[in-house]
Order: sequence, then C-alpha cells, then structure tokens
Amino acid sequence: MESGIKHEDIVEATVSAIQRAETELPDDVVACLENAEQEESSEIARSHLQAILKNTGIARRHSVPICQDTGIIILFVEIGRKISPLPDIEQALIEGVRKATSAVPLRPNAVHPLTRINSGDNTGDGLPDIKYYFNDSAELRITAVPKGAGSENMSILKMLNPTEGDSIDRLVLETVRNAGGKPCPPVILGIGVGGSFDKAALLAKSALLEQVNDMDEKEHALLKKVNSLGVGPMGTGGDTTALAVHIRTAHCHTASLPVAINIQCWANRHATAVIGGDGKWNII
Amino acid sequence: MEYHLKTPLSIEDIESLRIGDVVYISGKVFTARDEAHKRILETPLENMPFDLEGAAIYHCGPLMQEKESGIWEPVAAGPTTSARMSVMTPPLLERHNVRMLIGKGGMDHVADSMKGKCVYLVYTGGCAALAVNSITEVCDVHWLDLGMPEAVWVLEMDEFGPLVVGIDTERQDIFRNIREKVNENLEKALR
Repeated sequence: MESGIKHEDIVEATVSAIQRAETELPDDVVACLENAEQEESSEIARSHLQAILKNTGIARRHSVPICQDTGIIILFVEIGRKISPLPDIEQALIEGVRKATSAVPLRPNAVHPLTRINSGDNTGDGLPDIKYYFNDSAELRITAVPKGAGSENMSILKMLNPTEGDSIDRLVLETVRNAGGKPCPPVILGIGVGGSFDKAALLAKSALLEQVNDMDEKEHALLKKVNSLGVGPMGTGGDTTALAVHIRTAHCHTASLPVAINIQCWANRHATAVIGGDGKWNII
Repeated sequence: MEYHLKTPLSIEDIESLRIGDVVYISGKVFTARDEAHKRILETPLENMPFDLEGAAIYHCGPLMQEKESGIWEPVAAGPTTSARMSVMTPPLLERHNVRMLIGKGGMDHVADSMKGKCVYLVYTGGCAALAVNSITEVCDVHWLDLGMPEAVWVLEMDEFGPLVVGIDTERQDIFRNIREKVNENLEKALR
C-alpha cells in the first residue's frame, strides 16, 4: 500500500508541534503552577508565580512564545513500522524547524560551539536533536521539546560507584542547591539512574515528558525533600522549588552506577503531532 | 517598599533600595548578555556607540521580529541567567557608571563591586510575553553582528516590573541569604 504520508505533511506537522509547544504550556503544568501559587507562603514567591501564570495566559491568548529562550529543538520521533514506504523523515523535520523559526517566530539559538557563529535558523550539525523510536502502528508521532539553556546548563551527570545508591538523594539535593535560582525554579527534575554514560542522560531527559503529577511514592518523597530546601521560585526563597520529580531506571554494568539529573524550568514545553497513515495530522 | 524609577539613574535614586523591595522602571534600558559584555570591555570609551552613564542594563537576549528593514518589534523579552555575567560585571562597573542590573537567578561575587553605586534587580525568569507589554519602543540596536540574542537592544520601557531588589548598595544579597538557609535545610533533609 502506498504511504499517504508526504514530505509536506511532516514539515507542516513539525511546524505546528513546535508552535504549540512554544506558545501553550501543557494544562497539567499550568494546573500544578496554579496549585503552587495557592499554597505558597512566601510573598515574593507568590508574586513570581503570579507573573508566571499571567505570562502563560498572554502567550496562549496571543500565540506568542512563552519565553524568549525558545530553546534548541529536540524531536522525539516515533515511527510506525506499518508506514510504507517510509518517506525521508529527517529532511522534513529539519525543514520544519527552519520554517518554524520564521513562522512562530523562534529566536535563532543555534551557534557553532567554538566560533559561536549563529546559523540563523536553529539548525546545524546535530540540530535539531532528533531521537528515533519505532512502534507497531501506521502513525508517525513527532514530539517537539524546546529546551532552554538556563535549566540545561545546571544539569549534571555523575558516574557513581555501584555501592553509592544511597547517595543519590544527596546528589539531587546538592544539584538543586548549586543551581539555586539559575534554572528558573520551580523546576521539574528528570532523573536517569543506570544505563550508561549517555543512556542515563537520555533517561533523564525523556522523564521530563511524563505527566507532571504522575509520581510514585519514591518520587513524591524526593520532591518533598527538594521543596524543604527553600530555594523557592527564581531562587528568592519559598516553598515551591520543584513541581515534580521523575525517575527512570535502566539496567547497567555491574561496575557502574550512572546518574543523570536533567533540570527543566517551570516552562516544561512540549507538544506532539500525530500523523495518520493517510497524511492527516493533529496536535495532542 | 515599592519604588517607581526612571532612567538615567543617579546614585540618590538607588541608594535607599533594600533587598526585597519592589521596583518598577521606566525609560531607556540596554539589553546586554555574554558577548555584549565582552565587547563593551574591549571597546575604548571614546569608541562606545552608546552611553551607559546612569544606565540600567537588562540581562536579556530578546526575540525580535523585523517588520520592515530596520523596524523591529519585540516578540519575547524575558531575563537570562545573570550569573554568566558575574566575572565581567566588576570591570564593567569600573569603566561605566551603570546604576542598575536587571536579570534572574542572582550573581556571584559582585556585591563588593556594586557597593554604593549599583543595584541588581530580579525579574521573573521565563516571563517573556509579559515583559513585552512594558516595551513601548525599540529605540535602537547595536552590534547586531553578534546575533539577535547577543546584540545590544535599546528599549524604551514603561513601568517594567515587578522587579525585586536582589543585591543592594550595602552589599546585601538575597541569594546569598537564601543559600545559607538552603545549606542548613539540606543537612536536615538528609538526616
């Protein structure tokens, strides 16, 4: 059967996913921020949270980016094995990012690491950062994740000794302490435990895509400890240092214990385009 | 206390501000982040294309849209992480009489260099759409060769805020105070 998914469908769906992610904070994150504003005891902290909610409303109503740091674009792409034939996905995704840069618009953030020369369109060697997965469907799912530098710069990766599993909580709390107000708290913590040097980092990053409030007992307990620190919104003190903690694990080498902590600012932006086998798509 | 100030600023305008006070600022504000700081420090005073006397510097790399050649409109203009400018700030304040820094996240080891002459104010990080509401005009842009985020944008602002005083002219630092408490809380949390 001829695939109904055309190059243009992928380009347009990518632009739309980026547009949605940049301008509309997911409802679960907004609800979490609203709840924090109600419960926060510090006056300065409440004023930050009120500004955040006001800002989020303006961005959504006027369809403008929530933050001027529109990030680098990370794309999680799920390819249905039943799509046949498979169109050239990668070129369409890159074209989508270029198009979104002028259409949304996005701030041109992609620079060469050493010359610092800006490519002007958010693409370059390795950008957008595309991660491919496969499933058994006939759909193509493109999740756009704009990642800002403020929070990314505060993230860490540590190769612990295998017997140091008990020290992970300390590592998390020290990382949040060291980050202070720099990553724009209240943050969301994606924690990857196990795997390998790079696998731990990917676990941490993909953990940020989970529903904010969907936490197990261990994650809740760690969130409580993080919020007992008192860093507060923007680092000026308060009860709300983090909105959520999400931990993902993978088996690892018997001699290793990699731990990655990916910090996400309150603007936990992401949106997914689902392209059906007929080429029609919608944003979820 | 709540203050409403207008640039250019004098020492008298800022010396009574104390950490935790709230400020709204009007008048011209200069954006400058990493590369602009570097260039300001490399540029001889007589060759500076703009005057920083009494200025407010906003640690911000705005997202701008060029409507027609040379006519820019702000789309998003929230603060960037100020700590990246920490090392370049003391030499900047030695060369130019900048009276106010606006950013987010706090700054390291700058309070001494600001004593009696400059304050650091915090705007809520990520509130880029909200900040645009306070920009009444994009007056000028310098050093656009550095790229849109790194260029110096001269913005006319009206009642930009609320800004919270993070470091005052008496070397009080809200972030240092919070960090001391956080250190105590961290040991308690792990007990």
